[in-house]
Amino acid sequence: MKLRNLTALAATTALCAPMAFAADMADEMTIVSWGGAYSNSQIKAYSEPYAEKTGVTIINDESSAEAVAKLRAMNEAGNVTWDVVDVVAADAMRLCDEGLAMEIDPDEHLAPAPDGTSAEDDFGDLLVSDCFIPQIVYSTTFGYRTDLVGDTPPSKICDVFDLEAYPGKRALEKRPINNMEWALLCDGVAKEDVYDVLETEEGQEQALAKLDTIKDSVIWWSAGADTPQLLADGEVVMGSTYNGRLFSVIEEQDQPVAMLWDAQVFDLDGWIIPAGLSDERKARALDYIYFATDTQRLADQAKYISYGPARASSAPLVGQHAELGIDMAPHMPTDPENSKNTFLYNYEFWADYRDDIDAKFQAWLAK
Amino acid sequence: MALTPVQHQTPAFTAAVAAGAGALFGLFVGTAQGSGILGLIVGAIVLGAMGFVLTGMISQAKPIRWAILGIFAVLGFLVGGMPAMVLGALFGWFTGWFIFWIATSSYRKRLPPYLTPGQVLWHFSFRVICGAIFVFLITPILVVMPLSFNAENFFTFTPEMLRFDPAGYSLKHYRDFLSNDGWQQALWNSLRIAPMATILSVGFGTLAAIGLSQPHVPFRRAIMAILISPMIVPLIISAAGMYFFYSRIGLQGTYMGVVLAHAALGIPFVIITVTATLVGFDHSLTRAAANMGAGPVTTFFRVQMPLILPGVISGGLFAFITSFDEVVVVLFVGSAGQKTLPWQMFIGLREQISPTILAVATILVGISICLLTTVELLRRRSERLRGMSPS
Repeated sequence: MKLRNLTALAATTALCAPMAFAADMADEMTIVSWGGAYSNSQIKAYSEPYAEKTGVTIINDESSAEAVAKLRAMNEAGNVTWDVVDVVAADAMRLCDEGLAMEIDPDEHLAPAPDGTSAEDDFGDLLVSDCFIPQIVYSTTFGYRTDLVGDTPPSKICDVFDLEAYPGKRALEKRPINNMEWALLCDGVAKEDVYDVLETEEGQEQALAKLDTIKDSVIWWSAGADTPQLLADGEVVMGSTYNGRLFSVIEEQDQPVAMLWDAQVFDLDGWIIPAGLSDERKARALDYIYFATDTQRLADQAKYISYGPARASSAPLVGQHAELGIDMAPHMPTDPENSKNTFLYNYEFWADYRDDIDAKFQAWLAK
Repeated sequence: MALTPVQHQTPAFTAAVAAGAGALFGLFVGTAQGSGILGLIVGAIVLGAMGFVLTGMISQAKPIRWAILGIFAVLGFLVGGMPAMVLGALFGWFTGWFIFWIATSSYRKRLPPYLTPGQVLWHFSFRVICGAIFVFLITPILVVMPLSFNAENFFTFTPEMLRFDPAGYSLKHYRDFLSNDGWQQALWNSLRIAPMATILSVGFGTLAAIGLSQPHVPFRRAIMAILISPMIVPLIISAAGMYFFYSRIGLQGTYMGVVLAHAALGIPFVIITVTATLVGFDHSLTRAAANMGAGPVTTFFRVQMPLILPGVISGGLFAFITSFDEVVVVLFVGSAGQKTLPWQMFIGLREQISPTILAVATILVGISICLLTTVELLRRRSERLRGMSPS
């Protein structure tokens, strides 16, 4: 009798233990990202293995482009429906400042590297905000049509401004960020002085004057898919866009396009968790983040898209493309061969000057 | 059959008219190639000269027309290969026909003799304007259809497509639509939301229209204006308002929330079409039914409903299309679980310009054509039943 009771008790405990654990976390979560090939890479590398491991139902939203506005609206309406949101670093900083994203302590909430290095050291300088867990390093750089540039393909950023050697249209993003830096660089400003010059009224005039020299040959883009489409059409000779898009145009779609890595601008993309989630959903979101940003998972993502993992410890694990079987390392923006001359998006500078320079840029565009 | 006896025109007149047509063609071709003005001038000169010369050779019209067709086809082939040759031949055929049509005054033959030259000019200008409106409305829709059979993943007419090489075409974007989870979920959501929203709009809209057509209802106009307002207020404002309201009462991000929002958008269409059919409804019929002992419900279903059915159905179809095509409200009121087809297309256009969107667009255009044809047939039937001749 006593023995039977004991067995029953043990059996109930054994049954209840995992259930109690699961009850602490929500069993459904909404993950927000950018859509397209990028979302696919995350689903393959993070969400599918995570769902398999935990049995949680994952709903994928593709609203990252409106993330800041939507999170503000959700906060005002008191109804936050997103659990984990993929945003660029600049948006994460804004959300963090406004109190719309949760602060995360890397050492407490993130996995250490396999060799025991703490998460904080593993991510290093890329932890640019208290709320932001970096995931990938991407770059904004140029692609050109190999069949439209003659015998000497462009190799320097200033070739973009050289209408004589490379006549034809070029695609540039419809915002001052990156374009102003490139213009100054090609107007004789030394790389280390670019932001000192851009701070001044004259410096901004100088950059716009340089852009003026090619203004008639520019097609302005606003969505990441525009430049690949324009390149495939042969509508432009060269154009800036995210390096992963160009990888897809070149390797997956087989278009006559090649990369111009000179003066590429690095930027970060990563996760935030919205502030104000219930305890269960917060626990689920943190658990997902812990899983999705460990060393192996970040390296896995590079099998599907050519963005560099944000952890130092992931870089050596980057392997081959899942379908094409080509080595991904030479296609990473962070590869030594590609990153001889790079910028890192200057978050502080653009936080301070963005509104001002934006207004001038838009006025210049309308002229 | 000639209504009016005609004479051949002077070379100057033919040249002037042909130059005008040439300028119009030249403007389009020139703009597409980079210089509208240049195209306009070249087009006017070429056709003007042809008009001047050919007016004297009307007796050999037939061989000359073939020659023009051939010359333009060859020119086209030299400029741009196969596709340009087809366009050149078409252009040559039209030019030859047009010049002799003017030169022999054939255009005047079928018109009554009493028209002044101004009236003749207007007669043809009117047709050209109507044709141009059709072209500008429909070409953008037609252009996407061949692109949806593109073998590449871009919105581009590839050289293979222009050569009519079968290798340039494929059904892979249709396959992608039918096999991709994201698209299938979106299609399924649209098919779940639109009929439900339609049923609600038709139910409420029909009742409202019948109620508002009773003369004794107070504040009829004010109520009507409020019910119609979702059609007039900018959609983005309704959407933002619904978002905050539905968030507070827990409907935001739910299936029911999207259905209710779409029903609100569909109701005005039902009210308007049903009100219009009720105008022709004879109310003595309901009184006659009541006189014979039928209650209001029986009267409605046995007498009134069958007569206003065409209005109800066409209103319902508009409500269905509204819900099926709607993107703004669902972006606010829905969450990722209620992602509809237009939502998926919107995201797809922004993030990844994939021809799958064109494949879906082509399918949706097909569905819309079917639905509108049904509406038109119903309208004709209703007019026939009421003794009017379909116009």
